[in-house]
Amino acid sequence: MLSAMTSPRPLHDRALDNLRYIRQTMERAGSFTAVPGWGQIAVGTTALAAALVAARQRSPELWLATWLGAAIVALAIGGWTMVRKAYAVDDPILSGPGRRFWLSFLTPMAVGGLLTVVLYRAGLWHALPGTWLLLYGTGFVTGGAFSVRVVPVMGLCFMIVGAAALLGPAAWGDWCLAAGFGGLHIVFGGIIARRYGG
Amino acid sequence: MAKSGAVRKPDAVAAPPRRERALRAAELDRLIHERVRLGIVSALAVNDALTFNELKALLKTTDGNLSVHARKLEEAQYITCSKSFAGRIPKTEYRLTAAGRRALERYLDHMEALIRTTRQG
Repeated sequence: MLSAMTSPRPLHDRALDNLRYIRQTMERAGSFTAVPGWGQIAVGTTALAAALVAARQRSPELWLATWLGAAIVALAIGGWTMVRKAYAVDDPILSGPGRRFWLSFLTPMAVGGLLTVVLYRAGLWHALPGTWLLLYGTGFVTGGAFSVRVVPVMGLCFMIVGAAALLGPAAWGDWCLAAGFGGLHIVFGGIIARRYGG
Repeated sequence: MAKSGAVRKPDAVAAPPRRERALRAAELDRLIHERVRLGIVSALAVNDALTFNELKALLKTTDGNLSVHARKLEEAQYITCSKSFAGRIPKTEYRLTAAGRRALERYLDHMEALIRTTRQG
């Protein structure tokens, strides 16, 4: 009697457990999970330092050189920490979801590089911060479709800050770059590090 | 014979669809209820194709285990397997078939129905 009364419970638990297993397997199989949280915090910190240095530059060329230097440092930190995390969580970077993440992420980055040259030649310096932030955010929104949910959300936040930089006064540029590349990287890096294993 | 057929047919028609689904689901349990096989089908449901090594890393299983379970799914025509060479390295790639996708959907329906039934009970 007791057995008959209690038997549906394990069945219910097993069904729930099976559904959970399917969901987790699909998430792991369909998502690129090697986006490095700690790496983003480090990138954000260097971006804040770059914002301080760039804001003191007197010529646009030096300002641009400061940010390009920061981008190279960020690329090195981000790349290294991503490879480390990918190795740790056994998530291939160049195949499956990782490959789709990169293809989607790098396309807006290439457009950003091209537009930087065009805007530099046209002397439209004030449009650079907004363009960078918007396209960086677009990369995370599109690439984030193949990653964990927080990644496209982060991309959207970058796009909002980018839109503010593009539509607001030119004086907002450095603040927006500091808030985006500095603040958002640190905040979302912390979330990713805490929730998604580093 | 004709009479027996005539008797059986209305019974089959009158059988409640829920029971029918449960019976079908019970059949599919034997194929994809097992953890590794369920993992293979679930992983392939969100990817066009996955290689043997990708599945092995994802499901944290051994070569032999994955091979045996993948073969069973292949025999049931739930997945297809294609072998090729990437340079000199042999590459085995798996894809989910339409039958495999339907089986997973039925399995999900069955699990959800089980949960609903036990909650109502």
